[in-house]
Amino acid sequence: MTTLLNETLRQESIYIPTPARIATINPMTATEKLFRVALPSGFSLAHRPGQFVEVSIFGVGEAPISICSSPSHSNGSFELCVRSAGKLTNALHRLSPGGTIAIRGPFGRGFPIERFRGKDIIFVAGGLGIAPLRSLIEEVIADRGKYGRVYILYGSRSPNDILFSEDLKLWANAPRTEVHLTVDRTAPGWDGNIGVITTLFPKLRFHSRNMVAVVVGPPVMYRFVLMELLARGLADGNIWLSFERQMKCAVGKCGHCQMHHIYTCQDGPAFSYAQIKNLEEAL
Amino acid sequence: MSLRIMPKGALKAWVTRLQSRQFKVVGPKSLHGQYIFDEITDPNDLVLDYPTSVLPPKKFLLPPRETLFRFNARTMESHAEITVEPLIIFGVHTCDMHAIALLDKVHNTGYADQHYKAHRAATYLVSIECLKPCMEGSFCKSMGTLTVPEAFDLHLTDLGSDYAVDVGSEKGEELLEGFSSVWEPTESDYERVNNVMAAKWPHFSYRLECDVTELPDLLSISQKSPLWDELGERCLACGMCTKVCPTCYCFDVTDEIDLNLEKGERVRTWDSCQIEKFAVVAGGHNFRSSRALRQRHRFMRKGKYQYEAFGLMGCVGCGRCAAACLVHITPVDTFNELYRMRQSAKAVPQPQIKEPQP
Repeated sequence: MTTLLNETLRQESIYIPTPARIATINPMTATEKLFRVALPSGFSLAHRPGQFVEVSIFGVGEAPISICSSPSHSNGSFELCVRSAGKLTNALHRLSPGGTIAIRGPFGRGFPIERFRGKDIIFVAGGLGIAPLRSLIEEVIADRGKYGRVYILYGSRSPNDILFSEDLKLWANAPRTEVHLTVDRTAPGWDGNIGVITTLFPKLRFHSRNMVAVVVGPPVMYRFVLMELLARGLADGNIWLSFERQMKCAVGKCGHCQMHHIYTCQDGPAFSYAQIKNLEEAL
Repeated sequence: MSLRIMPKGALKAWVTRLQSRQFKVVGPKSLHGQYIFDEITDPNDLVLDYPTSVLPPKKFLLPPRETLFRFNARTMESHAEITVEPLIIFGVHTCDMHAIALLDKVHNTGYADQHYKAHRAATYLVSIECLKPCMEGSFCKSMGTLTVPEAFDLHLTDLGSDYAVDVGSEKGEELLEGFSSVWEPTESDYERVNNVMAAKWPHFSYRLECDVTELPDLLSISQKSPLWDELGERCLACGMCTKVCPTCYCFDVTDEIDLNLEKGERVRTWDSCQIEKFAVVAGGHNFRSSRALRQRHRFMRKGKYQYEAFGLMGCVGCGRCAAACLVHITPVDTFNELYRMRQSAKAVPQPQIKEPQP
């Protein structure tokens, strides 16, 4: 019998995390590391692609971090791709394998993957946005026959900032799958595209009628990518986005992630464009 | 549930009796010319005929600083810190009762907050009917909060020489248990209560120019109003409006750890959406970077967002934020100004979009 990790929240307190062990740490770039986190035996995360966990280091604090491994690659442990960008993530980067952290979650609504079956999918990732998307891409690649053509567009600041390069190669070799990379600034040895992510769109030949798009990146990216997708005829309800917000509780109480009547932590972080297009401050 | 009558003279004996039954009694008492909810040790200090309190009774259900759990960073053990004691809050005004009804809803939605629930379960609410307006900024009649919602345990109405005591729950019955100075109402007692209720309404005026049910829609169409920039220019971003608000429940979470870096606690403290860093994410992007956007968010929560999320208004018309604001930003003026702007926009013909000339 395994216990779902988020069931523990209904016991003593919704704010108490469960201790978990850092199994491995792989440095990825100058600022990002990949952590594999092992739950104590008897617990399972059972997350959906696009969900997140709250990561604690006692004495430092807690921060929301997207789960970057797919459910099918998360048997008793799961992966987090963490940029050293704040108090908690800096402390996380100082830990060693075997170190202990604490986890709450998974939280929120992930991507509605069952609605993507039989459709062509275009994934658009900017920077660290590849992390939550990876949980979905891996799931799609693992079950490749259930989906149509797959296009993966990924923009990074420079070639040295590209995350998951080994995975990108694997994905590019999957059937009916294209991977297109771009960088803002080039570096020696780079012969790929240079420019913002939207410069990749003219290279694509796709038919938008039976297509869904899943877009995750920094706030500034959304507007421009949406313009490209809408101009190619994608329906509002077939464009999925994931929102980053400050979250202190992840259970719809602390108010930091609220936009309109929506608590991003519980009602999101994944939304269709149709759900949020008329909400001021959403984009 | 039922109505009883208690002579006013019996109030002190009742309070003393409740204290001897190990209840902690809090209620409005005078401090430096204002009123605060505080522990009543001497029943003479309890003032039920008070205008308003500086802070709402929310502070007993959501303390300004509350330990969520204690941890040991070495052993990774953690234990919830939920300590409550039976608490009676006397003299809660009806606006604040509506606010508590919203807090109840929020903290029981989705993942229920065990900390709030524990405080709430240990709390007995003795509310009181408001018979005259309490302060300049209040607009309870407009917000529909001038009558008590069902959340009360006992509800008092001042009949002059007596209190009418509405019993709203089993917990309310428990407070009256064994106290002999209450009696069943007679026909004339009912008449007295109804007369007091009938006499109170004319003392209060409607201060909003629109009906409360229009607020969510009015705010929907006012997202891009120039008024938000105007408020943003004036706002000092001090956060006082949210500190004194009976329905604001947003909080920050921080860890406090002993000097030996072993034992510590995770603490939540009141936070404010008016503070600049409230909606900043790790990359530095601020989703509400200006005071205008933060004021808009606050008023939208009060008149629209919370209603849409929880079915109850986020503003109860208590007027505390209006009194606390150093630059006179008030909900009544804000809602009325938006309404007037909307009305005049309707009256003025909309500009015609002309075809471009060839």
